[in-house]
Order: sequence, then structure tokens, then C-alpha cells
Amino acid sequence: MTELTPVLSATWGLERSWNFDTYCANGGYEGAAKAMKMAPGDIIQAVKDSGLRGRGGAGFPTGMKWGFLPADDGGPRYLVVNADESEPGTCKDIPTMMNAPHTLIEGVVITSFAIGCHHAFIYVRGEVVHVLRRVMKAVEEAYDNGWLGKNIQGTGFDLEVTVHSGAGAYICGEETALLDSLEGLRGQPRLKPPFPAVAGLYARPTVVNNVESIASVPPIIAKGVEWFTSMGTEKSKGMGFFSLSGHVKRPGQYEAPLGITLRELLEMAGGMREGHELKFWTPGGSSTPIFTKDHLDVPLDYESVGAAGSMLGTRALQIFDETTCIVRAVERWTEFYKHESCGKCTPCREGTYWLELILRRLEAGQGTRADIQQLLDTCDSILGRAFCALGDGAVSPVASSVKLFREEYERHVDEAGCPFDHAKSALFAYSTSADSLTGARSLTSAEEAHA
Amino acid sequence: MTYDDTTAAKLTKEAAAIMARYPVRRSGLLPMLHLVQSVDGHVSPDGIQFCAQQLGLTSAEVSAVATFYTQYKRRPNGEYQVGVCTNTLCAVMGGDEIWRRLSERIGIGHDETNEDGTITLERLECNAACDYAPVVMVNWEFFDNMTPEKALQLVDDILAGKQVKPSRGADTVASFKDVSRVLAGFSDGRADEDQGAGVATLAGLNASKDAASKNASKGEPESVKAGARAAAKPATTAARGKK
Repeated sequence: MTELTPVLSATWGLERSWNFDTYCANGGYEGAAKAMKMAPGDIIQAVKDSGLRGRGGAGFPTGMKWGFLPADDGGPRYLVVNADESEPGTCKDIPTMMNAPHTLIEGVVITSFAIGCHHAFIYVRGEVVHVLRRVMKAVEEAYDNGWLGKNIQGTGFDLEVTVHSGAGAYICGEETALLDSLEGLRGQPRLKPPFPAVAGLYARPTVVNNVESIASVPPIIAKGVEWFTSMGTEKSKGMGFFSLSGHVKRPGQYEAPLGITLRELLEMAGGMREGHELKFWTPGGSSTPIFTKDHLDVPLDYESVGAAGSMLGTRALQIFDETTCIVRAVERWTEFYKHESCGKCTPCREGTYWLELILRRLEAGQGTRADIQQLLDTCDSILGRAFCALGDGAVSPVASSVKLFREEYERHVDEAGCPFDHAKSALFAYSTSADSLTGARSLTSAEEAHA
Repeated sequence: MTYDDTTAAKLTKEAAAIMARYPVRRSGLLPMLHLVQSVDGHVSPDGIQFCAQQLGLTSAEVSAVATFYTQYKRRPNGEYQVGVCTNTLCAVMGGDEIWRRLSERIGIGHDETNEDGTITLERLECNAACDYAPVVMVNWEFFDNMTPEKALQLVDDILAGKQVKPSRGADTVASFKDVSRVLAGFSDGRADEDQGAGVATLAGLNASKDAASKNASKGEPESVKAGARAAAKPATTAARGKK
């Protein structure tokens, strides 16, 4: 049985856990103090040796990303923290910044020192005001205590940090869209290459990392590479958040070594809600192909999840029981992708639009069997053809659900309606009213305008 | 522009403070749009003109950005932005029913504002609190584990002019304009207000603590992983802190 390993979450729940004093009383800034006595190249090497991979979804090795920065040419280079957490199901960075924002700030100090950055940015999604307050306050406290600003801790190293609030656009979680947004533009992805390491913010060398990735750096430095690599599997090292949500008894944040299984996590979370069984789940947010109870024992590491046909993503485990209609679930995710598609490229903009219409028709019992094939064909027109990963992500739930639950799609056609009582999935009792029984809701004028 | 002299002077000063945060002033556009929203309650034509002037852009360039982001409102917004998450997980767990009941009670649909301008209702995308589903947000503060009854009480309180308290966040929900000011990067000094970390947030920590105390009563297991050792210590620290 794998055991939980609370590291980033270790201080959550302490009295004023978000304050500088609490953080320092629990070993805070020890990693930064140690790092600033190291050669920057040695810090990068340590992070490479740790095997830390990006915790924002793509899983790219963090140290390698830092290593891609070209040699210092005397001009500025930037660190940008992607704190625009908004992948459906993902809810780990928000509690991290709410309860222990200094883990992030300390990581920013170490990373900036390592890559030679003197101005770092934290791009926080705009829809979480109290998180923004806590991050802004943590930055202030770090300035007041000599961990930011000029001549940090007498080392001669200078670092400014700007906290920047987004304004409600999922696509800004894509790193190049985030950079455009941070430059005051519409948040639309850029063509790569050049990658941000070469031409990022203001066309200067830039590292963009997720909150959890950056927050994992201080303990790696403080406790050592060996400590970190003692957790996890051969190729997926260290610990990470597994965010359980949905029809489980105790949903929440479970920090565990990579390679833990859903079966183990479910046991820790008290199992499925009483009297129900697992039907399907996402291993890493809605952009990752769905799993079923056949995948309960898949080790949740990058390689094993990939080999089983999905992606580890953000380890956002959205768990649904047998009361949940797969068509309804996928239709709603697709509505999200359609809304959040930035419109820059045709496959994603048009493809998500049509996927959503077809799924809505199927859920309403007005679809045909040909529609199911059309879904797959439309997926083929998007996958690998979109400008950025949003399009591929939108395809994941559709294609994987048709593959795993084709019969359920067909029942919607054959029975001319959704065979599920949606009220049974809810956590509270209510009687399903006539309008929700028929499934599809009609578009409001505002939504029509949005579409 | 129709801002009076005092407002214009204050806005100009604050816009300068925003631009000073960045090596390139155009980066200040998003916070500046939040700032004008904190004065006008939406991104008004005046606000667009103001941003354009400050940044040396055309009003078309500013509009192009403002219309891209859903948090910038093109019509006067209600004092309270009430958002019901209707993304898959929350919807399935009951968000759809909560939405239906709230929409019915207030008598407005998505992205609409009631007559007296108290509430703007919104079907919300995932707000990163899935472990507390179904979730409602009011002016970007969390209202966790909602039921139709709790959500109806919440909007009834708002409509009756009462202060409302989030599940996790500040002691009261600030107005839409005041929150917009924080989003523009101006602190309101409320970071230390707290309602507790939340049950789901601490679920893993508590599970780890329980496992550690079980192991302790059984005696040290044969092979404790280094990671688990690291876990046990902070977990007990957390337990002490809670007392």
C-alpha cells in the first residue's frame, strides 16, 4: 500500500498557514538560503537529476526546460509562473496558493536565481480573488523580509516579482497564450518554434512553469535530490497532488508519490459514495481520455497512464458513479471547449462547435446512429490539426467515451432520449422536472450571441 | 471622456502605478481594464478610451482585448456576480438543478442582470474547486458544497441587502467594483481574513495523519519509504497546530 507524502501541503491547516512567520517556523526559505550558496548551474543540475517533470499537465522535465535557455547575452530573461489553473477537474494550485503561497514565492526565488532572472511574473487566474490577495500579500512579506527586491539576503542578487491577474480565459493556461495575455494582448497561442526559452515574454528568453512545479523546487534543494527520487517510480519521480472529486466519500487533495493507483486513493478517500460503484473517471482533467473501473490498478505515473491510453495530465481525478450519463458528461465538457476555443485556428473553432451541437442533439434524443460516427470523424479533423493543445484536449473525452461507451450513445438514439435520471447523480434529493428530463436545454439569447 | 477631474486624476495616478509594474507598459492593459471596471462597474466606452490614452493605443485595440476575456463586462454589471458552476462535474453533482432554481428565483438567465442591478447571474466554467462540488462563486469568492436551499438562501440574503460570508475566503463578499480593484493589483488588506482551509483541502493531510497514528500503534512497519517518513513529521505538526 502506497503511503501519502504531504510535502507542499504539510503546513496547510496550521494557524495562519499562509503567513511568512508560519512558513519560516516550518522550514520555509531554507531551500532558498541553501540555493543562494550554490552555483546557478548546480541548481539546474539538481532539478534535472531530481527528475521533476512539469506538474501543469504536459509533464515536460523542468530542469531540461531551464537548460534550454540560451547563454546569457546581457539582456533580461524572465520566469513566468502559470497560475491560471482552469483545466476542468484541476484544483490543486488554488489551495496551494491559498494556504501556503510562500512555497511558490520561495520556488520563484530559487528558480530565478538559477536561471539568472531578475523580474518574475505570477499569472494568477482572475476568478479567485482571495487567492490573489494571499499571493499578493506573500510577495509583500517576501519583500519586507529581504527575500525579494535588491540584494536579496546580502547576496547581491536582485529580483522583482509582479503578480498579474488574468481575466477569465482558459486558453491563457497554454504557455504562449499566457505570454501574449501578459503582454496585454488577446490570449491566443503563438506558433512554436520559437519556444519561450528562446523568444518568450517580450521576445526574451523565458521559462514558463506551473505553480506546483515551482513549489516543488524548494524541498528538492532543501532535502536533496535523493529524498525526492526516493518517491515515485523509475521514470516518474517525486510526489504530486492527486485531486479527487466527484462521487467519492472524501474528495480532496491527496499528496502522494507518483505511481499510486486510483484503487489506493479511493480507499484513502473512503471509497465511492454509499451504495454506488465507479463508472468512469479522468486521470488528469477533462482533456485526458477517460478511464473506467478496468483502470483502477494503473499506476498513476506518466508512463503507465500513457501506456494505458490516457495522460497523467494534472492528476485531476474526476470520479463518476453508475448514475452518471456519459453523453451528458461529455456534452458539457465539449460545451466548455467550444466556449474556450480562442478562435485562432479553424479545426478547433469549428470542430468544437460541431461536436457540441451533435452531442447536444444526441443527449436530447434527437440524434441518429450516423451522428456517433460523425463525432469520431470530427474528432479526426481536430486531432493533430489544431494550433495548440486545446483542440486535442477537446477530442479526448469525446473519442474515448465513444470507444468505451458506444452502447450508451446508441441507447440515446434508440430510446430517443437520455435513459438516465439526472437527479440520481446529484448529492441532494430533488425531483427531476420535465424540462431537465428531456435533457437538452435550449440556448438563451446570450448564449447564442456567445456561440 | 466624462470622468470628473477627481476621478480622472486618481485613475491616471493608478494607471501609472500599474504600468510601472512591467518592463513594457502595454502589459498593464489587463489590470487597467479591471481598474476601470472597479470605477464604472463594467468596461465602459470611457474606460476603453482611458486605457487607450494611457497606453498609446487606439480604442479598437483596447476593445479587441477587452472583448476576449469573459471577466470584462460590456454592460453595467450587478453589484454581485453570482456564478453557478455548470461544467461537467459540478453540473452532475447538482449544479444544473442549482442553476435552474436560482435562475427561476431571480428571474434572469445567463449573463443577465436583475432590474435593480443587485445580481448578475452566470453559468460558470470550472473554478478549480471540484473537491467542493457543487460550487457557486459570488464576486469570485468560494461557496462550497452547495444545495438548492443553501444557494437560494444566499441569493435571498443578497437581494435583502445582507452581507454574505464565503466558505473559504474573506469574512464578507466585497462588491463587484471592490473586487475588480483587487484584480487590478491594489490590495484591500483582507488577505488574513479566513474561514479555514476547508475539509477537502485537508482530506489528504488528515488521511496521512490517521495512517501514521495507526502505524505508530502497530509499531514501526518493516520498510517505511523515505517519502512516508517525510510525510509523517509534518502531519503531526499540523495536528498540533490545529489544537
